Amino acid sequence: MKLDARIPAGSLEEKWTRYRSTVKLVGPNNKRKFHVIVVGTGLAGASAAATLAELGYTVSAFCYQDSARRAHSIAAQGGINAAKNYQNDGDSVYRLFYETVKGGDFRAREANVYRLAEVSAAIIDQCVAQGVPFAREYSGTLSNRSFGGSLVSRTFYARGQTGQQLLLGAYSALSKQIGEGAVKMYPRTEMLDLVVVDGTARGIVVRDLVTGKVEAHAGDAVLLCTGGYSNAFFLSTNAKGCNATAIWRAHRRGAAFANPCYTQIHPTCIPQAGPTQSKLTLMSESLRNDGRVWVPKKTGDTRRPGDVPTGERDYYLERIYPTYGNLAPRDVSSRAAKRMCDEGRGVGPGGRGVYLDFADSIARLGEGVIRDRYGNLFEMYERITGEDPYKVPMRIYPAPHYTMGGLWVDYGLMSTIPGLFVLGEANFSDHGANRLGASALMQGLADGYFVIPYTLGEYLAGSAGAKVTPSHPAFAETLAAVATTTEKLLAVKGSRSVDSFHRELGAVMWDTCGMGRTAEGLKSAIAQIRALGERYWQDVRVPGAGEDFNPELEKAGRVADYFELGELMCRDALERNESCGGHFREEYQTAEGEALRNDTDFCHAAAWEWTGPGKDPIRHVEPLAFESIQLATRSYK
Amino acid sequence: MKLTLHIWRQKNRSDEGRFVTYELADVDDHMSLLEMLDLLNERLIGKGEEPVAFEHDCREGICGSCGLVINGIAHGKEKGTTVCQLHMRHFADGDVVYIEPFRARAFPVIKDLVVDRSAFDRIVQAGGFVSARTGSAPDGNAVPVAKPVADLAMDAAECIGCGACVAACPNGAAMLFLAAKISHLGLLPQGQPERSARARAMVSRMEYEGFGSCTNYRECEAVCPKRISVNFIARLNRDFMKASLFNETIPAGKAAGGA
Repeated sequence: MKLDARIPAGSLEEKWTRYRSTVKLVGPNNKRKFHVIVVGTGLAGASAAATLAELGYTVSAFCYQDSARRAHSIAAQGGINAAKNYQNDGDSVYRLFYETVKGGDFRAREANVYRLAEVSAAIIDQCVAQGVPFAREYSGTLSNRSFGGSLVSRTFYARGQTGQQLLLGAYSALSKQIGEGAVKMYPRTEMLDLVVVDGTARGIVVRDLVTGKVEAHAGDAVLLCTGGYSNAFFLSTNAKGCNATAIWRAHRRGAAFANPCYTQIHPTCIPQAGPTQSKLTLMSESLRNDGRVWVPKKTGDTRRPGDVPTGERDYYLERIYPTYGNLAPRDVSSRAAKRMCDEGRGVGPGGRGVYLDFADSIARLGEGVIRDRYGNLFEMYERITGEDPYKVPMRIYPAPHYTMGGLWVDYGLMSTIPGLFVLGEANFSDHGANRLGASALMQGLADGYFVIPYTLGEYLAGSAGAKVTPSHPAFAETLAAVATTTEKLLAVKGSRSVDSFHRELGAVMWDTCGMGRTAEGLKSAIAQIRALGERYWQDVRVPGAGEDFNPELEKAGRVADYFELGELMCRDALERNESCGGHFREEYQTAEGEALRNDTDFCHAAAWEWTGPGKDPIRHVEPLAFESIQLATRSYK
Repeated sequence: MKLTLHIWRQKNRSDEGRFVTYELADVDDHMSLLEMLDLLNERLIGKGEEPVAFEHDCREGICGSCGLVINGIAHGKEKGTTVCQLHMRHFADGDVVYIEPFRARAFPVIKDLVVDRSAFDRIVQAGGFVSARTGSAPDGNAVPVAKPVADLAMDAAECIGCGACVAACPNGAAMLFLAAKISHLGLLPQGQPERSARARAMVSRMEYEGFGSCTNYRECEAVCPKRISVNFIARLNRDFMKASLFNETIPAGKAAGGA
């Protein structure tokens, strides 16, 4: 397997402009002859499908939800970054680029990140034009807030629902194209495999989730915009349906999987309340603008928060990271919370929680201002916990939230399978080992609105291969493989539910491949996951039939993939003998407990090649060359 | 706590459907209503019975997937709350709970508690957008929007498209859903060029999909998990009346949502 990132020549500032000006184009009359398959309709997928259809391509779009509008991008609360410098506070394309690379602990590809920062401003313009109701100042201009990991205020937002509003913008653009017949939309349809013909991606196999019917679709290119894999942990902030099946099955067909161990544990989530909990809920990072994080100074202090005098509180983020304080990046804040709880100073049930306290801000600004900024978040917190955060501090604890790893892509977002493109969270390219807040929405829309329209054109203009139809034997083979897997799952008829296995896998992943990892723990996890995976295929019980609306069968296929993916995550974490960003190996830390990077041996992306079930995968390496940035120790002190 | 559940079971669209009673023990205060159903399903699977199908995804009140009628009220009796955020602490030991799907002519049942709400998508496809070709947008600050206007547009835009308004309406009307969309885009300067065409196209599609008419019951507002105000329906009516009076020509295919 050869990893060629195909980064254009020239200085960092020139690369994208030059690429766009010189890239091969598909003629206007020829675009409709190309059929593009888009899987997933979150920010990346909806924006790509709408934009490609506008350009004239014939597009089919697929999503597992009942409506394209429900993709999990909708849950993003805080905002979207853009280097607009409307605040005149020193922002620029370069600064957004630099902070993103630094935030990612110098493990992202420079050229991709620079392009992301470059197109960020146009995203805001595009969304405003679509009618996204961003927050405004009384002057009528767009409002900004601050986010973790940045010293400027560049985050645009729509109350606590930025993701929903941006997705509704992209969804409405997509809906227009569907209404005009330019996009054929397939809701309640899940991709189960990729069809590869002569080494190129030429179609997908999908299951209609209502009828259970499995069928194939042929196309000239396939775009996977299917999000991340945090649900490998079972408990995460992702929606219950979020899954890795599309990218994992593409991986099994030859797409390299890069940096699977880079997972983001978000610091501000509502702590787990009990053993039957089905998911964790995030409280926007924007809360840290006005909330102060603390734990009692004494261990085992069980007093109510209001009874702990200020002098006996440890505002540990402000203490350890005076420059960034409560706005330290996510990975740093999460680990600090874990350290406090490990020291026995955690609060709430089981001592796994820290306070996020708004009392000072309410005293300074008044309850009205806080309600205006975070009202819906406070309400959500109260609904879940039964506690009123205007009166008592919130309790928060880190939870799996986002995965920086994903399918390896080149500069043009193409995977190691020609014709297979990967956009948004599903790829690995822009966030390195840690993503900064408000950058996921930016990346999803950058990929969909502004990058893929050019890079897909380059591929199609260059390929112009013979048309393939579902009568090609590769389609029959792939359909048969999917049918075999479904039959196998239904035939086990064991004693345990899919969820019970998923919970068990999640617990192993969280304990060994969560916020702190050790070689010993990871080795044992790999063995445990293999054993559990074998039991799964002997003892899982999937009720119902294949040719029916069967949510248990949907889950069963996804969890089968999590076993293989979970093992790869541990393997990747084990091989990366350093700490960087969200990947914290306890053996590699400074005297103060911060991540200790090893640039000599690990300044690269690790891309894994599938070699077959039960066989060891092969680790390939893409060296990361930093031309414009000096590698530095990441400090937020 | 222990609950008696009467849950609507329906094999598919053509099945008649019926309530089936389940006794469920060990329900915890911390659980959401959906986690309570998870527990029930876990037990049903253990007994070799088919689990109850229900729609859900984000489980944090924003995706709009979940929607159940709990004891006769869409999303249950807590105000401004989706059913995934309805916690069992609001129930008491020994309670009898009826759980049904959203019922409306335009929302046929797919299975058990899952309904088909794709009519909403087709209404949006008919005209629920601002045509803004990617790359053609002026600077985001080129057109100022007064804060109160932006805030009001945002109030309308908060609609999550769950369909509770339709389920609660005695007429099965989708007016609150439509009003939210029309008001969100119609309030903003970016939405002006297509404002009339949008109102006509979306209303016409709504009628075609078999939703009823608004007769001011205001049940929709009472159950809306995002507390969308019925005042927006007045905006919708105004936009639609104006559009009808001016009688602008709309391409026929687009008005009906294309094919």
